[in-house]
Amino acid sequence: MRYALRHMGLTGAMLVAAVPAFAASSPSDPLKSVMWDILRDQYFAGAPVVFDAAVKVTAPAAAEDTRAVPLSVDATALGQVVEMVAIADLNPFPLVLRYHPGTAAPYIATRIKIQQATAVRGAARTADGVWHVSGVLVDAAGGGCSAPPASYAQKDWADHVGEVQARLWPAGEDGVARLRLRIRHPNDTGLVDGIPAYFVETLQVDAQTPGGSPTLARIDSLEPVSENPVYSLDIRPPPDATALILRGRDNQGGEIHATIPMPPPGAKPAMSLKPAGQPWSVGQ
Amino acid sequence: MSMPLLRRLALSTVLAAGLMSGGANAAGTLTYDLKPTRIAPDTYVFEGSTKHFTRANGGNILNSGFIVTADGVIVIQTGPSRRYGEEMRAAIRKVTEKPIRKVFVSNLHPDYWLGNQAFADVPVAALPGTIAGIQEEGNGIAENMYRLVGDWMRGTEVTLPTEPVYGSTVKFGDHRLRLIPLSGHTAADLMILDESTGVLFSGGVVFCDRTPTTPHATVADWLKELDAVDALDLRLLVPNHGHIRPDKACVAQTRDWLTWLDGTLRDAVSSGLDMAEALELPIPERFQVLDVLREEYRRSVAHLWPKIEQASLPRVN
Repeated sequence: MRYALRHMGLTGAMLVAAVPAFAASSPSDPLKSVMWDILRDQYFAGAPVVFDAAVKVTAPAAAEDTRAVPLSVDATALGQVVEMVAIADLNPFPLVLRYHPGTAAPYIATRIKIQQATAVRGAARTADGVWHVSGVLVDAAGGGCSAPPASYAQKDWADHVGEVQARLWPAGEDGVARLRLRIRHPNDTGLVDGIPAYFVETLQVDAQTPGGSPTLARIDSLEPVSENPVYSLDIRPPPDATALILRGRDNQGGEIHATIPMPPPGAKPAMSLKPAGQPWSVGQ
Repeated sequence: MSMPLLRRLALSTVLAAGLMSGGANAAGTLTYDLKPTRIAPDTYVFEGSTKHFTRANGGNILNSGFIVTADGVIVIQTGPSRRYGEEMRAAIRKVTEKPIRKVFVSNLHPDYWLGNQAFADVPVAALPGTIAGIQEEGNGIAENMYRLVGDWMRGTEVTLPTEPVYGSTVKFGDHRLRLIPLSGHTAADLMILDESTGVLFSGGVVFCDRTPTTPHATVADWLKELDAVDALDLRLLVPNHGHIRPDKACVAQTRDWLTWLDGTLRDAVSSGLDMAEALELPIPERFQVLDVLREEYRRSVAHLWPKIEQASLPRVN
């Protein structure tokens, strides 16, 4: 934590000094978060930033369980997206993840810890370098980041770290296939006395094909992702894919590896609630 | 470098808390203005709102009650705060001079027992599972209530029930009370049936025109609890939340909701929907009679979804 904060502070200070003109002209934060100026400078590093409702962020207005708040960021309305980030402003570690959708649709859903009521944001960088940012406010009782993982209450937790549950649904009419992942991991922030940070840092989804194993998508994840991380992605497996390969690593060098079978014949595509109409952010 | 940032975070929290509590203080003396309604011989209820805990209602979202017996007053639930418990006791005093004989607390949720301080001089009875639950989660539950309703909570401290009770029939004066221990809504649910009047205090087992809450629920067990209520001979059903009725219509309503909720979330998980997307699923028209419908539905997604998902996803390594 100390390292993360120092790193954040330094980066923020350097950027403020380097690009004061940009900071001054940047649009003001619709969520009026006290952290916005610092976070913008840190995570968007001088790139142009616009607040854009085309990025749909879904999270509950009140966090029922601060250790696992559902969050999805959907930037499909923007078309091609190069990179996405999720941020919880008032977390001790604001950055939740960076998502490199590759050939996948620019959509990612997971569950996160939040330490107190905070703005929660999703941002998507389009090919022109512009970050499109949206978000919602999430009220919370607090403490999600500094609560010890429930895993440690189970004596055999270490035997199960890295176990993967997964399911791939067939592609629907929009050509994307829903992939759901759940990984057994304490995903500990390191904020609890005597428990070092221990969390999944990378997850990469490759396709297994006769011609090789192209990477479909990659997640760089950080402390705020909930214990036993769960992800929903909308990927585009190549037509000749025989399976998906999940590879990952945690910050202590632990490897994650799993082979995810293609959907059985006759399986139905995932249900979609995507609205036909306007883009929206949901925080009710 | 890290300290200024930490300080800034702390400061913003303090400022936000200060702004939020300002409104409640400015409102003057807070009062729940509790007025008992006589619902059966010797039997009274303080009817609460069917909303969620808010700074407007001070957490008064329950139907607490009391029975005036020849052997003293039996109190059922003590409300969400010390202030509620004290006002309740004062309101009971206006109905009868008889002393409080015993208090029953039906489960560990905040509005059932945070008024216990006002009854510290009499036995406060609860199921052992409820007492254990309050021991484990009581401080967190109380802290969250301070956050939700603010100054109404002033002076409220976690006060444990003092007397474990079990399934039995107990007699106070000419009232025979059947204590019915169940589990499902929470791990320990106490229903109290007054066999003399046919009034059932169902606690959290039945909700009526108010969306059921699920933070400690096991839906399959809860449905069995509803079967147990259906088997009872009763004249009036007092749910902790919602309307008091002379029939069992709300047993069916609670069952309908739980069955729909559980089935819908299971279908959504196996259809590939994400938990965040499930927050927005449409809710059938027939449930529009349930107050705080979308809010409680979303809370229930948070409570129930992760377990359903964990059970349904296949292992792949």
